[in-house]
Amino acid sequence: MVQLTLPKNSRIKTGKTWPKPDGATNVRKFKIYRWNPDDGENPRVDTYFLDMDKCGPMVLDALIKIKNEIDPTLTFRRSCREGICGSCAMMIDGINTLACIYGLDEIKGDVTIYPLPHMPVVKDLIPDLTHFYAQHASIMPWLETKTNRPAKEWKQSIEDRKKLDGLYECVMCASCSTSCPSYWWNGDRYLGPAALLHAYRWIIDSRDEATGERLDDLEDPFKLYRCHTIMNCAKTCPKGLNPAAAISHIKQMMVERTV
Amino acid sequence: MADVNRGNRPLSPFMLGQYYRPQLNSVTSILTRISGNAMIVAAILIAWWLLAAGSGPEYFAVADFVITSFIGDVIMFFSVLGLWYHSLAGIRHLLWDNGYCLDVETADKLGWVIIGGSIVLTLLTAIIV
Repeated sequence: MVQLTLPKNSRIKTGKTWPKPDGATNVRKFKIYRWNPDDGENPRVDTYFLDMDKCGPMVLDALIKIKNEIDPTLTFRRSCREGICGSCAMMIDGINTLACIYGLDEIKGDVTIYPLPHMPVVKDLIPDLTHFYAQHASIMPWLETKTNRPAKEWKQSIEDRKKLDGLYECVMCASCSTSCPSYWWNGDRYLGPAALLHAYRWIIDSRDEATGERLDDLEDPFKLYRCHTIMNCAKTCPKGLNPAAAISHIKQMMVERTV
Repeated sequence: MADVNRGNRPLSPFMLGQYYRPQLNSVTSILTRISGNAMIVAAILIAWWLLAAGSGPEYFAVADFVITSFIGDVIMFFSVLGLWYHSLAGIRHLLWDNGYCLDVETADKLGWVIIGGSIVLTLLTAIIV
């Protein structure tokens, strides 16, 4: 269902403005979404000021600096700080990306940080990804085989292996799915760009022997066909992947096998 | 994990424009829908005009007055724009569905082609007709 406003419990209030750092000349303003599950209040946007002469170059550096030096209650996920774990995905400056590999110099003016869009919030910048992971599990993200197990490994030619480039690099950060208006409005039944990219990764894997079953599962008005090639997914992917193209290739395979 | 307050979790903000940044790809996409729906209005007006022509000269005079009035001209002009826009966007969808032009740069270039092309074709239509 098309939804254009936030529900009552999600409307954002003006939050607290935290004091500016003393004696700093190069100060930057950060507006950050906050929600505490324990106080029964609506979400709010807090304002922080950071001395940029004493801050690292990435958005994640700024978040960690705020947490360490200003407000230890600020809550966010992070781990690898080099764009490989996918934990710190959030909406920064109006687009979804990984805080650890998005430079503060790429943003003009104040830095606004929200959790990934249209998701239930666990706390502050942490969305509940339970449904997203369940959708990923539903596409059987593993090698399905029917023939007897070979004596050594399942072999693949160099050309066939190349077909997985641009697909296997996905870190499951959920930036693409939560940037997709179709996923916002039909995310309960539409699988979304991330799960479909993974579905295609296994469909075109030369070693996989369940292509037919995989396509059967996606032959559904919602699971696959809610993609309208809006391409927000490909635009926003912090790893530079293109889920829209993968989805289009699945749709082509659907046509090819019926004609 | 202590899972507090699961039932009342807020929905994170999402709305295009207000929170999520509108970009060429998303704007051209939503305009395809809007132009498609807006043309229903134009189609109803033209159908009404033709029905009026069929039902008699007095009634046709009323319909013809509305459609050829200034407001009618404006509606028709923007309907032509919507028709060209929607047609060009449809061609882009055909390319996409055949697996072409799916990289972000080409898709964006085609977005500008659709916008520019629909304006040029609309002006040409207005001059010729």
